[in-house]
Amino acid sequence: MKYIDEYRDTDLGKGLIKRIADLSKRPVKLMEFCGGHTVSILKHGIRQLLPPGIEMLSGPGCPVCVTPVADIDKAVALAREPETVIATFGDMIRVPGSNSTLQKAKAEGSDVRVVYSTQDALEIARLNPLKKIIFIGVGFETTAPTVAASVVQASKEGLTNYYILSLHKLCPPVMKALLLSHEIRLDGIICPGHVCAITGARPFEFIGREYDIAAAISGFEPLDILLSVEMLIKQIENGRHALENAYTRVVRDEGNIQAIRIMYEVFETSASCWRGIGMVSESGLRLRDRYSAFDAEKAFEIKQAEARETPGCICGDILRGVKKPHDCRLFRDVCDPQHPVGPCMVSAEGTCSAYYLYGGEDER
Amino acid sequence: MEEKMSDKVLLAHGSGGRLSHDLMERHIMPYLKNPILNKLDDSAVLELKGRIAFTTDSYVIKPVFFPGGDIGRLAVCGTINDLATSGASAKYLSLGLIIEEGFPITDLERIIASVSSTAKEAGVLVVTGDTKVVDHGSCDGIFINTSGIGVIPEGVNISGSRASEGDRIIITGTIGDHGIAVMAQREGLKFSVPVESDRAPLNGMVSEILKVSPDIHCLRDPTRGGLAGTLNELAAQSDVGIMIEEGSIPVKDAVRGMCEILGFDPMYIANEGKMVVIAAPEDAAGIVAALHGNRHGRDAAVIGEVGSRHKGRVVLKTGLGASRIVDMLTGDLLPRIC
Repeated sequence: MKYIDEYRDTDLGKGLIKRIADLSKRPVKLMEFCGGHTVSILKHGIRQLLPPGIEMLSGPGCPVCVTPVADIDKAVALAREPETVIATFGDMIRVPGSNSTLQKAKAEGSDVRVVYSTQDALEIARLNPLKKIIFIGVGFETTAPTVAASVVQASKEGLTNYYILSLHKLCPPVMKALLLSHEIRLDGIICPGHVCAITGARPFEFIGREYDIAAAISGFEPLDILLSVEMLIKQIENGRHALENAYTRVVRDEGNIQAIRIMYEVFETSASCWRGIGMVSESGLRLRDRYSAFDAEKAFEIKQAEARETPGCICGDILRGVKKPHDCRLFRDVCDPQHPVGPCMVSAEGTCSAYYLYGGEDER
Repeated sequence: MEEKMSDKVLLAHGSGGRLSHDLMERHIMPYLKNPILNKLDDSAVLELKGRIAFTTDSYVIKPVFFPGGDIGRLAVCGTINDLATSGASAKYLSLGLIIEEGFPITDLERIIASVSSTAKEAGVLVVTGDTKVVDHGSCDGIFINTSGIGVIPEGVNISGSRASEGDRIIITGTIGDHGIAVMAQREGLKFSVPVESDRAPLNGMVSEILKVSPDIHCLRDPTRGGLAGTLNELAAQSDVGIMIEEGSIPVKDAVRGMCEILGFDPMYIANEGKMVVIAAPEDAAGIVAALHGNRHGRDAAVIGEVGSRHKGRVVLKTGLGASRIVDMLTGDLLPRIC
């Protein structure tokens, strides 16, 4: 097993495409929740191969993209505080805030470092006892447990110079908010495979049960996605909407119990603001009182002016699946990965970046 | 134990005085000596016949030692390969060193030894050079500049503008090895990556394929910007469309795995020991066979062809049979979050 080639097999893929074409009888709108799904669908050209009646919409499943301008401003303000070191995952440094980015703050003299894991951030804290290390906690249920584990570890080691700016977000509540808004009529949802690896399948069962919409959990290889599309079309055509799992090699019903436990040991749910969507109750994670010493929002007095969205950028509409990148008048001409105007063009998982890089002929 | 002063390169080593002489005689010349350099004149006098290719490049890489190579080997290979892209067989190199005060002399010697062994491997001579030492903080360890001169064989006319409809596109081996090896070392990734940089002097390999097929249309080394960048340059320069098949592009499993984890695309990762070859369809099989006989071309493959549609663009046919446009890389490669 190489875990890549098997899931990109040409013959199996063509077989699935044919089965989907045979099953599909009416036009449907499917949303792939994850940015990773969007990238894979475009990179492997899946959209062109599906029957024309199947429309694929991208959802709010890119953690960098859904972080609102005000929170980017917060990170930049923290970077400008004396003696701070900002530790962050790579894509965050280029996301534009109201006036600046972490990358610009770095060029102006702030200490901003790209890390690959919270372990790297902890190591910076250990090696620089006189500095205050702030980890920018961006991500979904997939990422939050590792951040929680770093807080527990810092607490055990007695580190007093390690902080988290918790901008974490939870997926099921925002899905519910999207479905409640009735802004778009979806027939099926491809659920986020790596989030489900942590949460398990159960938190996504409400999609079929409460909203009568088809749902399938998918991995990120082309065959994973085609299998989940087949499941969705079958559910739609049979009129029986119940969550199915097309990613059984990774996702179990109960999820990763240890990861969930440590996540809720350190964090509790809170309302959270999503770019383009607004405040969604119970959709964020903040540090519990017993770990408040590690909470950057409490440890620092963050001075920031009112956040300002970039005029013309429609990232918010794109994140809700209401618009597509080529509906944006900035797309390609003004906004490209070199000069991103909005976050969806910055992140490797962003919808605009995926359309820009892998959009194929029909996007031009 | 107190460190001996002479363990490190000092500003005085670049002053032109006794220490400079010492550095040259003890740590540099023993590795590089040859009849032209040994004269120690201010300029090398060379005899060449035919059409001459001339190129220069500066090398700044962090870290200076990486799996499968170092800055010295890179500086020799890079310039030799730049010459090879015009079909020229490299003959002579210059070597300019800019060293930061405090750089360990043992590391310097290791780098010069590597320059020497790579030059020998490629059959080229370092015939002139220069060493400067700068204040601590004025450069990052060591910077190297090499210039090179080579001779282009009769009948060879290679240019990025010569790709024409029907031509076949060949890559001489697996892509992404160098970029991934350096990245894994630089970022101290905590999992083992069994990938070494592919840095290699390709003048020998290029001479061999030119013997089989003197009328190669284009040759280019896909360094920064990767295969995607080079193919886009060639498509634009020749004003043709380039069609490639995803499944035919050779990528090592370890490189693909690393790219999947970090969210990179091997098409955009740098190479230091590969060439893109574009030639007439009837020449392709012979070129690939010749490449397979060379140790730097064992994994060579035809990956696509030149067409008339999509002028100036590169179109990739995915494993599932869809096609999409492959753009140049814009911005830096940044690892993703989840």
